[in-house]
Amino acid sequence: MAQLDELYREVILDHYRNPRRRGTIDGDHIHAEGNNPSCGDEFYLDVVIDDGVVTDAAMQGQGCSISQASGSMMMDAIVGTPVDEVREISRKFKIMMTIEEGEDPIDHDRPGSVLGDLEALQGVRKFPVRIKCADLAWTTLEDALNTADEMSSAS
Amino acid sequence: MTDLRSLRSDFPILGREVNGKPLVYLDSAATTQKPRSVLDAMDAYYERHNANVHRGAHTLAGEATEMYENARSKVAAFIGTSAAQVAFTRGTTTSINHIAYGWGLNHLSEGDQIVVTISEHHANLVPWQLITKYTGAELVYLELDDDFIVDTSDIDRVITDKVKVVAFSGMSNVTGAIGPVAELSRAAATVGAITVLDGAQLVPHTPVAADDLGVDFMAFSAHKMLGPTGVGALWGRPERLEELEPTEGGGEMINVVERFHSTWAPVPHKFEAGTPPIAEAVGFGAAVDYLSNIGMDRVMEHERDVTAYALERLSEVPDLTIYGPKDITKRGGAVSFALGDIHPHDLATILDQDGIAIRAGHHCARPLMKYLDVAATARASFYLYNVPEEVDALVASLMTARKVFGLD
Repeated sequence: MAQLDELYREVILDHYRNPRRRGTIDGDHIHAEGNNPSCGDEFYLDVVIDDGVVTDAAMQGQGCSISQASGSMMMDAIVGTPVDEVREISRKFKIMMTIEEGEDPIDHDRPGSVLGDLEALQGVRKFPVRIKCADLAWTTLEDALNTADEMSSAS
Repeated sequence: MTDLRSLRSDFPILGREVNGKPLVYLDSAATTQKPRSVLDAMDAYYERHNANVHRGAHTLAGEATEMYENARSKVAAFIGTSAAQVAFTRGTTTSINHIAYGWGLNHLSEGDQIVVTISEHHANLVPWQLITKYTGAELVYLELDDDFIVDTSDIDRVITDKVKVVAFSGMSNVTGAIGPVAELSRAAATVGAITVLDGAQLVPHTPVAADDLGVDFMAFSAHKMLGPTGVGALWGRPERLEELEPTEGGGEMINVVERFHSTWAPVPHKFEAGTPPIAEAVGFGAAVDYLSNIGMDRVMEHERDVTAYALERLSEVPDLTIYGPKDITKRGGAVSFALGDIHPHDLATILDQDGIAIRAGHHCARPLMKYLDVAATARASFYLYNVPEEVDALVASLMTARKVFGLD
C-alpha cells in the first residue's frame, strides 16, 4: 500500500479528475500530438508563444491517471512562463523520472520548491513501466517547442 | 467444482512470488503458463535430437524429423483431424495471413466483399484490410447484440452473393463471447463464400472437432494452450488447402526448383518455407498431450466453474461494469471490465502490487473498443490452473483500488 500511496498521491488524483486547461485554442497557436501505441494513451496540446513566453495552453486526450495528471500539472507549470524556463522545467522533470539513487534534482527539505506539484509524480519512478505515461505530455510539449523554434528561425 | 488444483504443481512459474505475494496469473488469454512436461520435451529435443528436419540421412536428422511430424500428428488428433490438414506456422496471425494472401489475392477482386465481425482481434482484421487494398474488395462488419454476442439476426441481408470470405473468431479475447460458428458457416455456404475461423481462444478452452465445424480454415497458436511461443497451426479442408497458394517461398516447401519456376511440395509442407520452429513444435505436441490427458471436457467445465464464480464475485464490487455475456454457456474465461473512473492501466498497476497479473488496454481489438465506447478495458482471463481463491484475491485487490482512488 505504501508504494501505491506514493504513486497515487491526492494531488495526482485531483489533476486526473479535474484537469486544468482542458480544451482547444481558437486563435493562432502551435499544435502537437503524442500517443503511446502500446497502451492507447493520447495527448493533444495547443500552445501560444508570444515574445518568448508561453502565454496560453490547452490540452485534450485520454489515458491513465498518471498521463493525464502529468499533462494537467504541466499546464499549470508552463502558462505565463518564458520558453527557456519551460525547457529547464522539462529537463528537470525528465531527470526526476529517470534518476539513479543520488542524482535527485528535488530538494526534499523544501518539497515543491523545484518543480511544484509536479514533484508529486516522483513516485512513478518506482514503477518503471509507467514512466512513459508521465513522460507523454512532456514529449508532446517538446515537439511543440521545437516546432516553434523552426517557425521563428524560418521567419 | 471440478478440481484441477493438483495440476498447479506441474507449472513451475505458479510457485513464484511477485512483489512479495504469490503470483496470481490471470492473463492466460494473452499467453498461458507452461507445464514442466512441455519444458522437458523441448529440452530433451535440444539435448538429444537436435538437427534440421526433412533432409540429411544421418540419425539425428531422422529423429528430429520424426519428432516434428509426430508433433503434427498429435496436434491434428487433438482437433480430430488428419496430419495432412495441419500446417505448422508461427501462430494464429501468420496462419490468417497465409489464408488472406494465399487465397484472397487469387480469388478476390473489386465488387467482392469480406465479412468480419466488430469483435475481431487485429490478427483477423488487419490482414483483410491489407487484402482490400490489393484487390479492391470491401470489408463489411457484423455487429453485436445487447449481450455482446455477434448479431446473426440479419445475416442473410449481410451475407449476400457478393461475399466471398466470412472471417470470425470462435471466442472473443475481449468479451469472452463464443462466436456463432454454425450460423455463419451455414450462411457462408449458402452463397459459396469461404469461412476463416480464428481459433486462438476457442481451441485452448473447448473440445474442438475441426472437420465438424463447417468452416474451411482455422488458425490457432500453441502458446495460448500451454505450448511455447513461435509456433501455431493452420488447419483447412483438404480441397481448400490444395487451392491455397503458398505465400512464402524457400527451402522445405518445394518439390522441384528450376531456373525460372518451381513446383510445390504437397500440402501441408508447401506452407512451411524455411527451417520450421522444431523444438517449439515438439513443445506444442507435449502441450496437447497434457491437455488430452486431462480431457478438454474437464478443462472447459473447470473454466466455466471458475469464470462463473468470478462473474458472481465481480458483481459484488460497486461501480464495476463487465463487458461480456452473463450466460456462462455462451462464453469463455476472458472477463473484461471497468471499475468506476479508474483507468485500466492504473488498475493493472495496483493489482500487480498484490502479485495479480491482469491485462489492461485495447487487447488488439481497437474497433471493438470504439464500438463499446471505451478507450481500454481491464481483463482477467482464466485457465485450467486457476482456482477460486485467486478470484477472491482479485476482488480484494479491486477493493484496494477503490480505496486508493477514493471511491469508498
